Parts: sequence; C-alpha cells; structure tokens
Amino acid sequence: MFRKLLIANRGEIACRVMRTAKRMGVDCVAVYSEADRGAPHVAMADEAVLIGPAAAAESYLRAENILKAAKSTGAEAIHPGYGFLSENADFAEAVRAAGLVFVGPPSDAIRAMGGKDNAKRLMEAAGVPVVPGYYGEDQDEATLKAEAGKIGYPVLLKAAMGGGGKGMRAVTEAGELSDALVSARREAEAAFGDGRMLVEKLIDRPRHVEVQVFADGHGNCVHLFERDCSLQRRHQKVIEEAPAPGLSDELRRRMGAAAVAAARAVDYQNAGTIEFLLDADGAFYFMEMNTRLQVEHPVTEMITGQDLVEWQLRVAAGEALPCTQEVLVMRGHAMEARLYAEDPEKGFLPAPGPIHHLRFPATDSHTRIDTGVAAGQEVTAHYDPMIAKVITWDRDREAARLRLIEALGAIELVGPTLNRRFLMALAENQAFAAGEPDTGLIDRLPEDFHAAPEGVSATAVALAAFSVLRSRAEAAALAAARSGDAGSPWHGTDCWRLNDTAHQDLVLRSGEREISVSARPRADGHELRVSMPDGDAFDLRISGAMAADGAVKAEIDGRGIASRVVRVGAGITVFAEAGENRFQLADPMAAAADDAAVVPAFVAPMPGKVVAINVDAGAKVSAGDVLVVLEAMKMEHAIKAPVDGTVTAVHYGLGEQVDEGAGLIEFEED
Amino acid sequence: MSILTTAAQPNSQEFRDNADAMRAVVDDLHRVVGEIKLGGGERARQRHTDRGKLLPRERVRRLLDPGSPFLELSQLAGHEMYADPVPAGGIITGIGRVSGNEVVVVANDATVKGGTYYPITVKKHLRAQEIAEENRLPCVYLVDSGGAFLPEQDDVFPSRDHFGRIFFNQARMSGLGIPQVAVVMGSCTAGGAYVPAMSDESVIVEKQGTIFLAGPPLVKAATGEVVSAEELGGAEVHSKVSGVTDHMARDDDHALATARRIVGNLNRVKTIDLDVAEPEEPAYAAEELYGMVPTDLKKPFDVREVIARIVDASAFDEFKQNYGTTLVTGFARIFGYPVGIVANNGILFSESALKGAHFIELCAQRRIPLLFLQNISGFMVGSKYESGGIAKDGAKMVTAVATANVPKFTVIIGGSFGAGNYSMCGRAYSPRFLWMWPNARISVMGGEQAASVLATVKRDNIEAKGGRWPDDEEAAFKQPILDQYEHQGHPYYASARLWDDGIIDPKDTRMVLGLAISASLNAPVEETRFGVFRM
Repeated sequence: MFRKLLIANRGEIACRVMRTAKRMGVDCVAVYSEADRGAPHVAMADEAVLIGPAAAAESYLRAENILKAAKSTGAEAIHPGYGFLSENADFAEAVRAAGLVFVGPPSDAIRAMGGKDNAKRLMEAAGVPVVPGYYGEDQDEATLKAEAGKIGYPVLLKAAMGGGGKGMRAVTEAGELSDALVSARREAEAAFGDGRMLVEKLIDRPRHVEVQVFADGHGNCVHLFERDCSLQRRHQKVIEEAPAPGLSDELRRRMGAAAVAAARAVDYQNAGTIEFLLDADGAFYFMEMNTRLQVEHPVTEMITGQDLVEWQLRVAAGEALPCTQEVLVMRGHAMEARLYAEDPEKGFLPAPGPIHHLRFPATDSHTRIDTGVAAGQEVTAHYDPMIAKVITWDRDREAARLRLIEALGAIELVGPTLNRRFLMALAENQAFAAGEPDTGLIDRLPEDFHAAPEGVSATAVALAAFSVLRSRAEAAALAAARSGDAGSPWHGTDCWRLNDTAHQDLVLRSGEREISVSARPRADGHELRVSMPDGDAFDLRISGAMAADGAVKAEIDGRGIASRVVRVGAGITVFAEAGENRFQLADPMAAAADDAAVVPAFVAPMPGKVVAINVDAGAKVSAGDVLVVLEAMKMEHAIKAPVDGTVTAVHYGLGEQVDEGAGLIEFEED
Repeated sequence: MSILTTAAQPNSQEFRDNADAMRAVVDDLHRVVGEIKLGGGERARQRHTDRGKLLPRERVRRLLDPGSPFLELSQLAGHEMYADPVPAGGIITGIGRVSGNEVVVVANDATVKGGTYYPITVKKHLRAQEIAEENRLPCVYLVDSGGAFLPEQDDVFPSRDHFGRIFFNQARMSGLGIPQVAVVMGSCTAGGAYVPAMSDESVIVEKQGTIFLAGPPLVKAATGEVVSAEELGGAEVHSKVSGVTDHMARDDDHALATARRIVGNLNRVKTIDLDVAEPEEPAYAAEELYGMVPTDLKKPFDVREVIARIVDASAFDEFKQNYGTTLVTGFARIFGYPVGIVANNGILFSESALKGAHFIELCAQRRIPLLFLQNISGFMVGSKYESGGIAKDGAKMVTAVATANVPKFTVIIGGSFGAGNYSMCGRAYSPRFLWMWPNARISVMGGEQAASVLATVKRDNIEAKGGRWPDDEEAAFKQPILDQYEHQGHPYYASARLWDDGIIDPKDTRMVLGLAISASLNAPVEETRFGVFRM
C-alpha cells in the first residue's frame, strides 16, 4: 500500500476518500482552488496544495497542476473522485506516465466505455443486452421503417446528434412513422443542422438500475449488487437506493452476471458501474458504464458493509479484491438523497451564498451524512452546489425511507436555499413509497408538489419572538453590566410605559405575510399575543432558556419543546418540529440607520473637468462602481453608484468642463 | 437593615373593600389615559399617517432603545381645561433612553390642533425642559407644530414663562453642556423655527419638514413673493443652502435613526458617586397597596405598609422611631439607590416637624436623595400648639425642605392640604418630580373644613343679627363648596394644570421612583447650604 495519496477533487467526495485513506494509515494531500482555501477537505488533509484560481478549468481540471502538486508533496497515488478528471483517460495515462498510481481503471477501459456507440457494440459482442435499435447511415424512410418493424413498436425516433428532447418522437405504430419522421427531421435540422435519425425501442416507464462492479489486476471481478436510481429530474439523480425494490433474486443474478461480463469485456479494473434500463417486464438493456466511483456508492456500502474506497485503494495498490462473490451479501435497505443548494421554486437554479449555520443530525449505523461544506463557508457558483448526501439504512425499505425523511427534516441550514422540501416531498410520494419508482415519476408530478405547506406555525412564531426577546434582554444585561449603573431600571427591555400595560411589539415577516407579536412580561417569561395575517389571533405563554448556539429549551403553554433559533441579521430561522421556519424581523430603525442606502444627487461637488466616464445611459451598475471621474483642484473625484441601479442618462462628455452643482448623470435605484 | 413587617390581611373585608375602591380609581385613570394616548381624532390621525408620517407615540417608541422604558410626564395636561379636548396638551414629553443615554423627549402631536401651542402646551414643554436642566438630561425635540395657538395668544406669547422661554432654555442648557437635538418632522413655523435653529444639532425630513419664520401666506402678504413651503423652508433649502439643519432624512424612521446616532455621539458618561447596592424586590407584592390604602382620606393607615411595598427587600432603617411619631423617617434603597424617606403618619406636631428637619439635614449632609410620601391634612392647630411655637418648628422643616440640595421626589399618596403640602415638599418646593396617586386630593384645606369654616362665619353673622339658620339651608350652602373642593382637589384637575408630573398607579410607584432617581443622577448631587433655622 502506498503511503501518501493525493485526492484530485474537492467537497464531500474528497472528504469521503480521505476518511478511508486516513483509517488505512495513508497520508492525504488535498488540492484546492483559491475559492476553497477554507474548505473542509483542505482542513482535513495532512497537506494541501493550491492549484489555481476558482474556475475549475483553471484548477481542478488542470492535470499538470495536479501532477506538480503530487510531485512536490511526494504523493504516490492519485484518487480522482468523481467528476472533474475522473473519467479522463489522458489524465489517467499522464498520472501513470509520471510514475504514479491512478486509483481507477486502465485508460483503455475508460476510452472503450467513453464512446457510447463503441461501448454498445462492444457490449453487444460480449452478449450484454443493449436497447434494440438502428444506428445506420442509410436514412431512407423505407430502411428506417423496416428497422422499426424489426425492433418492434413502440419505437423512439431520435436525432443522431440530438439532445434535450429535440428531434425526438415516440411512434406507437407503423402508420405514424412517416409524419413523425418528417417533423423530427425538420426539428433536428433546425436544432443541430443534421437531420440523421436513430431508431430505438421505446421502453415504457423504464427504471434506471445500475450494478456496482469491481475488478482487480489478478483476474477477479465481482458485482456488489444493484442500485435503483430511477428518481431523476432532467437526467439528474435525486434519490438513489439499494437494493432496487421488487427485483427478483433471479433477475438480480442475471443483471449481476451481465455487469461482470461487461466489465470483463474491457479488461476492467477497480470500481465501475454498469447502468441498465429495466422495463416493466423485467427486460434490461445496457446504457453505459461509468468508469469511476459513483456519487451514490454509499447505498451499496450500507447494504454490503464494504468500504468501496478501501477496495479502490487496495486494487490500485495491486492487491486482490478483498472478497469473492460468494462472500458478498446484501443486508437491509439503504437510500440516499442529494441535498443541494438550489431553489426548487426557481427552476432548481443553484442558490450560492454564505452558509451561516449548518448542523446535521447525529450519525450512527442508520444515518450517514457525507458532506464537504461547513458553516462559515460559501457555496460558490464555481462548483456543483452540493451540501450533503443524506444516507439512511434500515432493515427494510419502508423503515429506511422514514429515516430518510426524518434525517432530511433534522438538517439545519441558514444560508442558501435548499432543495430539501423537494427531497422530502419525493420521499413522501406515494408511488415512491410503494416501491414503484421510474425515471418519469418526477415529470408526472404536479409542478408544485413540493411547495411548502401554507400557514405559519404558531410554535415557530413563538420561538422566533422568544429568541428576539431573549437576545434583547441579554444585550441589555451586558450593556447594564458595563454601564456602572447596573441596577438601573432604565436597562429594562419590557417596553415599560406609565399607565399602560408594559408590552413589546415585534413584527415578523414570513414571505409576504406579516405576523405581529405583542409580548407582555410575566414573572417567568412572556405572554405573547400573536396576530396572524389572516386575522387570527391567539395567546400563548412562553418561558425557557436560550444557549449561545441558539439552542432553545422552552415551555409553550406548559408543553416542553427543544429547538434551535438561528439569527443572521434580520433573518430568524427556527428549527422546530422537524421543519424550518424563516422569518424576517421587521426593524425599520435598523434599516433606516443604514445611511449608505441614501441615494445622493449625482452633481459635481465643485467646478472641474470630466476626465472619465465609465458608463453609458442604460448601464446596469453595482454599488460602489465608479461612474464618472472629475478633476478639480488637481484632485480626482470619483462619482460612485451608492447602490445597485441603472444609469438612465449621462449629461456630459469626456473633457467637458462642469460647474459646481451640475447634474452629471441620472440614476435609478434598483 | 431591618425588614418591615406587615399587618396585611388580604382576606379581610376591609382589605377587599379598599382594594375594590382603589382598583376602581386606577381603572378610571387607565381609561382616561388610554383615551388621551390616542391623540387627536380618528380623522386627524388618518390624515397624519396618510402623509407617510408616524404617529407621535410611535416616533417616540422608535427613537428609544428597543424595549426600554419611557417615563411619560404630565399625561393629563389640558384635560377638560378647554372647550375642545387637547389630549396630553398636544405634546408628548417624558424621559427615555436613546443610545444608552437618558434623555428628555419632547414630541409635538400634530394630530391635536396641528400641534399648536395652547397655554398648557407651553407649560408642559417648559416643565420638560426644567426637568432636563435640573437633571442634566439631553433634550430631543421631535418638532411637528404650527406654532402658537392664535386664539389663546395672550396666554401663550408674552409672559416670562411663555413661548419665548423655550428658546431661552435651549440656549441656557446648551451653555450648561446639556445637548439640544431637534428633529424636524413637520412644520416648524414662526417661533417654532427657533427650536431647530437653537439646537446643537438638527435633522429634517425631506418633503415633510419645513422651517420658516413666516409661512408662504404671510410672505405673500408681506412682500408679494409667491413661494411654496418646500422652496421656502424645506429640507433641501436648509440642509444644502441655509445650513439651518445638519442632516437630511428620507423619512421619519431615517430621521429618528439619525437622532439616535447623534445622541450616541454625545460622549456622555453617567457617573454615580453614591453607595449603590444590588437591587432587590420588596418582600411584599405591590398590588397589596390597593388593599392597604383606603381611598377615604379620613381613614388612617400605617405609611410603613406603603414603604414596605416600594423599597428594596422591604428593608427600612428608621430614624427617631419613637419621637414625633406622626412623621416616619428613615433610610432605604430603591433599585439599589440610597434614599431618605420622609412620610406622614398623621398630623404634624412640633416634634414631627423637628424630626423631619433633622432627618433632612442628615440626608443633605450625606448627599442622599429624599423621598416624600405625602398624606397630610396639616399642622396641629390650637392655642397650646401655637404657643408651643408650632409655626417656627414648621418653618424649620420648610427651610430644610426648601434648601436641601439633594434630589427630592414627592408622591402624594393621600391628602395634601395646607402648610403640610409645603413641609412635605409640595410643587412650590421644586422636587425633581412630583406624582399623585389617583385616590389623592390636593387643596388649601379639606373640602369639609373649608365648608365648615365658611358656614361658621356665615352662621355667626346670621346669629349676630338675631337670625336663625336652618340645618337644611346650611347643608345647601355647604354643598357647592364641597363640590368645588372635590372637583378642584381631584388629581385629574391638578394634573391637567401641571401641579404635578403625573398620576401614577400605586403599584407602579417603585418603578416610577427608580426611573426618576436613576435619571436624576445624571446631575451631580450638590452640597447644601441651609437657610437660617428659627430656633
């Protein structure tokens, strides 16, 4: 076994690989971009090397920088993780040429499986079932019709150069083919400038079932059972599980054997995955092989009890596979959900931003969290916005599914928007719960199936208000202690008024809704009158204690509740009752105190000459951008944008003399 | 320290009757103040908020540190004094905390007659300034006023304690190093223009605040110039051209935030050189005051029961406990601050007056603030007492009260009649603050006594002429006098005219005193030079 391993990756997978390597006594070298200086994978490594700027193309995808880092640190092997350079045959070759070990398959195997057509032909030759289809050059309608007939309807017409559904038609019977062909060709011509068509068997409600394989350099090859990754959104896996629900032992054996045959066909070594389409009748077809460790490998680990990274390292070091096929058994059921910083309400756009608070549920033999981010870090737009993989295991599928919902609900994050609601709604979906996932399931669900439930939790409102009141009281107590007049009743925070009931009013915003809370002090806490936007009002009593980390132990109307309240600026996030509730504390004074928001007049402060104009009318500018520069009294005066906005007019040209008070530009605040 | 005991029997009929009676007058107080707090009528408030302006009480709330107390002054000013209601006298004053400093806030209520100054408005404004000056509290003026209320100009403009005194006070206070800050949130017309102009630092709200000596109509009449209010004296003019204001604000919130920042930059440190202890709650519930104090002034009660519900830990070290027992004197703490308490426990005799003078001397010597709990029908009368020199003994106490230079606080918890009012630090003796309980009464003598005195004079007159005065006629004669005394001696009548700084719920007494004592300690406690004590 080598003594030092470089991990050419970042995020959760880098941390994941290091965890095993360290356990095996292998020193770890991390590489990082300028954006990842403070990232957990850097902190976790024994050594770390900066390999370039934030953009992946200039850092994590720069083979020469990574090889240089390996050389300079004396690493003997490189683990590529997934993504980035993991399936780049040239990189694998370069690593080996540099005398280092590449933790992955031989370059030829990567190349062989890299081209889809080529891979399909190889598999067909090896007796692995592939989706029946016609990929010939002869595009004559009669030929296509004849091939479709051979394949058997329904078939799918697909643009040879296609993608994204363009130039694609489902044809259920021979009579429809002509028309479909004309329109599909027209579309393909328009979209890709190439009207060539493929014909493939149309598989109704297919499932995505993949088999994990492993081969060593000693001629051994095993499979570690399958994973069902049917829950996909736009071809992105969302929730994966192992084993595939409802798969018979016989089918499992056949798919496993096919996968092993596929791997052997390319003299495979190390970890690989054979992806199959499985139809409702139990027929399966080879799609492609992934020549790396998969994102979803933990579900296989959970049901087999094997550490796949350990296997990878051992195989790479020339050892034989740790065990034979006969020894491998499945136990229980595992699921994995991919938690991303992305906004399901905005078409799943990545939601980069700083992570103010992040806490995962406790991990144990049932719950595993693979993550590579931490509070205080920022999710940047440079990389995939994964926050964590949430993996659960239990004796049966239903128990594992319930644990997944629970674990997702228990995650606390303040910062970027998460796809958590989406994941939880999927895990709760009936078809999924029934063990009938297919790749079209998400597309068939109503658009808003993951919408947050309407209404605001009274408990959450009470806890949010409690935390505001508590922290006000604490701040006042601190100020009191410093004041030299500590006992003064002026330090009070109960809004005491003469001949009026002492009460403090807070306004909390939840989305568009405004909730007002009137808090009256009691001997041991507060009595809250909560007025909801719909006119409902109710009273409740709250008392308790809040720790520095926001952990609140409260009693609400005699009911004990443990929760956490995290405040960032005006934002209040309440984690209670397996859910999160976000509020904004309306504080007009705090907003008003921010003088930077004042839009000044864009006038010349003194007579001078325009020496630079950096914007044209209509330009969108950000706060702080220099718009115009004046020279006067031998000094340059920069006129800057005070806030984000638009320059609507520019009144002077370069070199023009302006009088004091002359309006230079017109500006509109965003 | 010795802990006061109590004779309270909360289940007794007497206690419950007292409590019911007291609760009734407190409830009425809250009702009246609740109406006053609304300010002008519904329509005036609506017009005000429609212009994007905050209501004055909301302005005050946002000016103050979040959640901090506000010790409002003279809530009943102007109550039932004029033909039209003038809630709170059209101006809100009080002490509050801004950026950690205790300040006096003076806020015009433009929903009440456009914020114009009635005579009582002037009096209330001046009283707030007096409090600021005596206790060295910075002043923040939230200006939104149309100037003097013209129909009453003769009682607003010309005299010493009229409108001009406001600016005199500003100049004098500024000279004493008491910061003056103005926030122009509406009109600031004529004399009112001097409020921001006389301030150390001022803020004006764009398109809302205006400052001018003469408004557009007067300008047109005088010179023919046609000009809009905004052009004449808006925020742009005064912040960019005239320099009358120092800060321009987008809106009320921004203006108030700016004022908070100004106060935060005053560089003031409150230094207290008294022996302050950790505060402790009294051993007995404040609510029990309701049951311990009868609203019928003729019924006596032990004032120690009141003290026990005001002072820290109900601890009270009495001075001369067995001498002049109708006056109770002793040392205690309120919110940790040391106080010397002078409290009536019956009519004043020579001994009680001497004891009071002695005790006040002690407090002045030791620089301990004094608290007077007033419930006094007067000095003992009769030849025995006159010849015993009760007048000169009373004079000793009055001298001590008048000249003691420590902060003095007076709460009228029952009757306040005759010379008793003087010796117990009535309004004329300039206590830093004076409050009344809602059960209290104040007049030169009790209504009964006044009616009897006048009836006796009349009866003597009739009988001297050989006439006879039937009882029913005497009763009819006395009734209007009784009614007049009841009306004019009522706390609402008193408070409307600013004979006090406000009526307080008995159970708030400790809090009110704590806030006031603490605020008063912004000024150094000075040495005393007593006058001549007639021996």
